[in-house]
Amino acid sequence: MKLKTMNKTTRSNMITYAMVIIAFVIVQIMLGTGNISSRLQGQLVPICAYIVMAISLNLTVGVLGELSLGHAGFMSAGAFSGIVVASCLSQNTSNEILVLVLSMLVGGVVAAIVGVIVGVPVLRLSGDYLAIVTLAFGEIIKGIVNNLYVGLDGSGLHISLIKNTLQMDGGKVLINGPMGLTGIPRIASFTVGFILIMVCLFVIFNLVNSKSGRAIMALRDNKIAAQSVGINITNYKLMAFVISAAMAGMAGVLFAANFSTVVASKFDFNTSILILVFVVLGGLGNMRGSIIAATVLTVLPEVLRSFSDYRMLVYAVVLIVMMLATNNPTLKNGLNLAWSKIAGLFRKNTEKGEQANV
Amino acid sequence: MKMKKKIALGLVLAMGLTMFAGCGGNSGDKNAAADNAGGDTAAAIKVGGTGPLTGGDSIYDLAEHHGAEIAEEEINAMGGVQFELKMEDDAHDAEKAVNAYNTLKDWGMQLSLGSVTSTPGTATSDENYRDSIFALTPSASATTVTEGKDNVFQMCFADPNQGSASAQYISDQQLGSKIAVIYKNDDVYSSGIYETFMSKAGELGLDVVSTTTFTTDSQNDFSVQLNDAKNAGADLLFLPMYYDAASLILNQADAMGYAPKFFGVDGMDGILTLEGFDTSLAEGVMLLTPFSADADDERTQSFVAKYQERYGEVPNQFAADAYDCIYALYQACTNANATADMTAEELNELMKEQFTTMTFDGLTGTGATWNENGQITKEPKGMVIQNGVYVGM
Amino acid sequence: MSFLSNLISGISLGSVYAIIALGYTMVYGIAKMLNFAHGDVIMVGAYICFFATMRYGMHPIIGVLLSMIVCTLLGIVIDRLAYKPLRQAPALAVLITAIGMSYFLQNSAQLLWTSSPKVFQSVIGNGSIKLFDGALSISYVTLVTIVVCIVIMIGLVLFVNKTKIGKSMRAVSEDKGAAQLMGINVNTTISLTFAIGSALAAIAGVLLCSAYPTLTPTTGAMPGIKAFTAAVFGGIGSIPGALIGGILLGIIEIFAKAYITTQLSDAIVFAVLIVVLIVKPTGLLGKKISEKV
Repeated sequence: MKLKTMNKTTRSNMITYAMVIIAFVIVQIMLGTGNISSRLQGQLVPICAYIVMAISLNLTVGVLGELSLGHAGFMSAGAFSGIVVASCLSQNTSNEILVLVLSMLVGGVVAAIVGVIVGVPVLRLSGDYLAIVTLAFGEIIKGIVNNLYVGLDGSGLHISLIKNTLQMDGGKVLINGPMGLTGIPRIASFTVGFILIMVCLFVIFNLVNSKSGRAIMALRDNKIAAQSVGINITNYKLMAFVISAAMAGMAGVLFAANFSTVVASKFDFNTSILILVFVVLGGLGNMRGSIIAATVLTVLPEVLRSFSDYRMLVYAVVLIVMMLATNNPTLKNGLNLAWSKIAGLFRKNTEKGEQANV
Repeated sequence: MKMKKKIALGLVLAMGLTMFAGCGGNSGDKNAAADNAGGDTAAAIKVGGTGPLTGGDSIYDLAEHHGAEIAEEEINAMGGVQFELKMEDDAHDAEKAVNAYNTLKDWGMQLSLGSVTSTPGTATSDENYRDSIFALTPSASATTVTEGKDNVFQMCFADPNQGSASAQYISDQQLGSKIAVIYKNDDVYSSGIYETFMSKAGELGLDVVSTTTFTTDSQNDFSVQLNDAKNAGADLLFLPMYYDAASLILNQADAMGYAPKFFGVDGMDGILTLEGFDTSLAEGVMLLTPFSADADDERTQSFVAKYQERYGEVPNQFAADAYDCIYALYQACTNANATADMTAEELNELMKEQFTTMTFDGLTGTGATWNENGQITKEPKGMVIQNGVYVGM
Repeated sequence: MSFLSNLISGISLGSVYAIIALGYTMVYGIAKMLNFAHGDVIMVGAYICFFATMRYGMHPIIGVLLSMIVCTLLGIVIDRLAYKPLRQAPALAVLITAIGMSYFLQNSAQLLWTSSPKVFQSVIGNGSIKLFDGALSISYVTLVTIVVCIVIMIGLVLFVNKTKIGKSMRAVSEDKGAAQLMGINVNTTISLTFAIGSALAAIAGVLLCSAYPTLTPTTGAMPGIKAFTAAVFGGIGSIPGALIGGILLGIIEIFAKAYITTQLSDAIVFAVLIVVLIVKPTGLLGKKISEKV
């Protein structure tokens, strides 16, 4: 009842929260009763990480309206810095949740700093030029991390770039250049992933409905008009961009902490594109769509394993067909028609059911 | 707005369906397994492995898949311990490898072949360790694959062994006075060998005059790297990399008229069977490899003949490694009287005991033994390419 | 001397980027879409030429022509199936479809032709011109690539500026709606652009693999992205810009490797790109579009 009196956006947001919570509860029940395949269980944390990546990129692409092709770069910055912190901390404390949360915060802050460094020059550009510069930054971050050596011993952290010149006194190498992070403390958990999704959703929904959010969307819809009413373009753009980067950084830590090894080349152009596909397929600015698209497209290649060699081919076809079905006017109308018929049938049935009940 | 909602709902449906399909597929597999158990392939031990069947690195996996299949058939034809083999795609990615591993676990994998390549191998071996499923990887050669895991073993040389063995070999045979190295610095295998090569070269007093790198993204033009080596007067070029990149280097060195000695590692094997490759460019290339398709012992010849007949190409060392893996597992299972109704944990204990004590003779080396860390000890063979074939050095 | 020889290496790498970038920029300039599948059409072109010349022993020129025909048809089919239904859709939807198409082509190639690399025999021959007693050498492939690049560039500029079809292409690129009102068939014009772009991709594929002869299903992917970068560098949509951007990108890449470090060469190339775009936000030769409310 209350749901009906709420305004439309709030209601939509509530549905999104409810959807995430219900999914979480269902999965928890499945986990509790052991009624889940190892495959799906292994994918739970990556799915959470990809969902956060998708909704954070949706903030840049959907809400701010700027195409970014380097989102995986922020994920990388967060993952590598966060895991270094996690490795250091886990030597002193055994509270895994605390370590994970702290390292996620550090990963988020580092990614936000990178976001500022990238954002200040990048956001002066627009359109495809901006897209290519974000791609370039993603590649630069990959190149640097690929040549980064970080070690930890009794006397603290050692860092070197390009050549492995760490003067180590025992201890262990945390980031070993192209071999990346190895021996990661595997502290990620589905529950933390779920909480991260909820927090990110909360931040984004509140941002979008705030004064700043409206300013950001005004920028997207008409830059010059927004400028003429006194909106500070750079500040607002940077704000959305940095928040998006920080979330990606936290998702990166969550993702990395789920595997025993992560390499820099994991966070390449292809990963950025994958996240963009989630966003576009889910609908620009539509957070719920992003969540669903991220889940479906992460699970899909695994489900397609029964096609063996044809798996990725089928995936490509499904992707193209989905894009056509959601964007082509003729197909869309056809789908609409089919949908209304199905809905009609459904309605009739429920009506009948209700009558029967009465 | 309305449309968006419908799309969202449609996607929810799709999600539900995919999850459902996931569960369905799963139970289907279980049924199939039950059928098999009752059928004529009575009580086969399920062996699973992951490897890049798609993407840029799939060249390494197909060979292993084929090699393992031949071994599986031969063994099953002998009676005795039976194997059922299954490979899943990991696209050379740690995340997908874990998914593939979990898929195999759902299938009921009892013994594992780990992963084909090193980065996925590091991720899946950690799962192997946690789940107590024994793994013998054919070619994931990084030390991080076996480090700290008592149930993960390697059939190939570990990277450090290759690096230091190469340096030792070059020094012993006095192959070059000034050495240049080109390696792939976004690749675990290549940079792993490079590092141990350099530290061993330092010990032996080898003179390394030029060190340059390339990445997946810049794997086409080697003019700068070759010029650097040439200008430094290097007379031996050490190439710790796979054969696809090496073929480009040989080609470009030839085009610029630079002809040092070339020295490769086991990843170089396969260069002679590249379609369209001018094998005269590889004349005089030296490599350390455990396997040679030209060896005249009976087992190698029958393997090569079968492989050629079935897949139309000459097997490389990846195929031989995988073939040996299945045979090593067979030997261990037979010795330990392992049966298919044992759980993965039981097999795990038996295998660990067997592998640390047994000696194995395979295509890729005789008298191979494993240490507690899962690393293999066997003799690398120095090969040199003459008239388009390998000749022992 | 080493400077000159590096410069030559840079130009030969750059000329390959340039020829790919020409196709990219042509499609972008007129259809206003980033065709991420372009790199994979290049790969298909190279495979067709490889099979024609190596397996069936055809003359290289016939091989090149055959691969141009196949790629043109492929371009038309791709456009008809995947892009044409989305003419009215947002640009991002088409971008994702193009990415899907790129996956499709790569995976089909892997299934059809396996992923084991093929070594492409140069259609031009492996010789080179030696200068200064062999201290400098310029391979025939480089010379042919540069000449072909310039010929294609001039050809495209003339075609776009002087012919009737070219005129309608420019009209479509300026304003689709107005062009339609003037009786131009926008759909056909864009399809034609794809056909030309794909034919160029076939030539680029053959030249790419003649210069760097390892051919796998992912051969086109990375040069495709680099060429896209080159096209943006030169000002995307500008045909001479693609040529200049490509060659400069190649030179920067080689110089970064030779004079700074091979380890970070890709990062350096992209850093230079960023600096250029910050100074000149529409690339070297890009047109500045004034915005109206």
